[in-house]
Amino acid sequence: MTGLTRTLRRAFAGTMLALALAIAAPGATTPAHAQAPAPSAPAQASEQMLFNYLQGDVRGRITIPDQRAATLIQPEGREFQHFWRTTLKWIGAIAVGGMLVVLVLFYAMRGKIRIDGGPSGRTIERFNGFERFVHWLTATTFIVLGITGLNISFGRELLLPLMGPEAFTTWSQWGKLAHNFLAFPFTLGILLMLVIWIRDNIPGATDVRWFAEGGGLIGHGHPPARRFNAGQKIIFWSVVLGGGAIAVTGFILMFPFQFVTTMSGMQLATQLHGVIALVMIAIILAHIYIGSLGMEGAFDAMGSGQVDLNWAKEHHSLWVEEVMAGSRDARAPTGARGAGAD
Amino acid sequence: MARMKFLCDSDRCIECNACVTACKNEHEVPWGINRRRVVTINDGKPGERSISMACMHCTDAPCAAVCPVDCFYTTADGVVLHSKDLCIGCGYCFYACPFGAPQYPRLGNFGTRGKMDKCTYCAGGPEADSTQAEYAKYGSNRLAEGKLPLCAEMCSTKALLAGDGDIIAQIYAERVTRRGYGSGAWGWRTAYKEMTTG
Repeated sequence: MTGLTRTLRRAFAGTMLALALAIAAPGATTPAHAQAPAPSAPAQASEQMLFNYLQGDVRGRITIPDQRAATLIQPEGREFQHFWRTTLKWIGAIAVGGMLVVLVLFYAMRGKIRIDGGPSGRTIERFNGFERFVHWLTATTFIVLGITGLNISFGRELLLPLMGPEAFTTWSQWGKLAHNFLAFPFTLGILLMLVIWIRDNIPGATDVRWFAEGGGLIGHGHPPARRFNAGQKIIFWSVVLGGGAIAVTGFILMFPFQFVTTMSGMQLATQLHGVIALVMIAIILAHIYIGSLGMEGAFDAMGSGQVDLNWAKEHHSLWVEEVMAGSRDARAPTGARGAGAD
Repeated sequence: MARMKFLCDSDRCIECNACVTACKNEHEVPWGINRRRVVTINDGKPGERSISMACMHCTDAPCAAVCPVDCFYTTADGVVLHSKDLCIGCGYCFYACPFGAPQYPRLGNFGTRGKMDKCTYCAGGPEADSTQAEYAKYGSNRLAEGKLPLCAEMCSTKALLAGDGDIIAQIYAERVTRRGYGSGAWGWRTAYKEMTTG
């Protein structure tokens, strides 16, 4: 029994010694160099060893107030450079450019989707004034944010050669200001959208059928839908979640090192903000297409708020029934008599 | 043409911070902005080293690569400079820089940054050499006067070397050979994708 304990204790001590040596290794570099005076090779080994020991960042102590300056070298900056110059540009080109190509092809093949029964002349209210205000608040700010954001990502390649450096800087400076300030109304719009439309956007059984029949875009039938069909629910959730993610990462960038205090965190926030924003721009391009050029009668929903009854019956049959049921149940107030019944 | 670089011999640096002070004084750098700093690694432990660090004037500089308004340029001497007239203070160069060189005066609302400021290798900016306009924005232009950066020139232990990359690498290699040890040219692999060549 005592023999086993001693063996275990010895094994434990050995492990601890090995660990201690491994931890102390960078500190022990100087004597190693004293034995191997070759000028360039050990130099590389030492810097490499320190990088490994400190897992990339070389941090130390500093006597100036800015403690972030205590990071001597952060090689991740090179990765950020690569991401910014190569990866993000490709993601943007494929997402935004690809979506534009898809939309042009779709329009060429399918054309404008008409109201099958033709306009009835009777209208029904689809969105009230407040709902339209929230939509256009978010939409207009998103367009300005999107353009100024794309300017930061692609302006150097696309606009700078056309405008010249001074004009491009002036424009970008204003763009940056607009981007910072419009972030607030945009975020407000996202939050209000979440509040007013979430109850109509809970996924349900009708959405499964809607997808199975190919919706109103790909299929040619008109699967039943409540106030929002499954495609619109996808737009809603991507706007709320994607827009929310853009807002969160954007505020992190707007107040650098306040909410996120590390360099890697700030780099990640910058990268996520760019990628999610580019994907959102692609999604919203499709949304703009179907709400304007792509479908007859769709724009009225957010324009005047009054949609044609035939359009509503075709695209949102269950919702029309719900609204109509309300008016059918209308009962005459007690004491009311038909005219001329005396 | 010379390819200007900095090299800090960390086995000589005594953390006196004279380079930091010299830089601040020479260029009248405002409070809160540090173009050069001294970082001590393994403080109080065996293998403690101090390294003076500023902009390394990288080859394929990350700051220049990520700048949305393309305000950086590299001089014929390999010095990476920028135009404060074009800078919009977006801060991306700070995320890309491996050495924490870009500095921003804090101004205005939120985290709004002013025009970026960084080590110019005592080489001024895009304005005409040694003019008042250049001095106000970027500090003095010693390179135009045929002088090297003041931080390295006044380093008491000659730990901080400035000059043509090949020459200072040669000086460093000779030192390492003579004394028998050296912990490497800090940041050279990240900045120039190479090491000291003996």
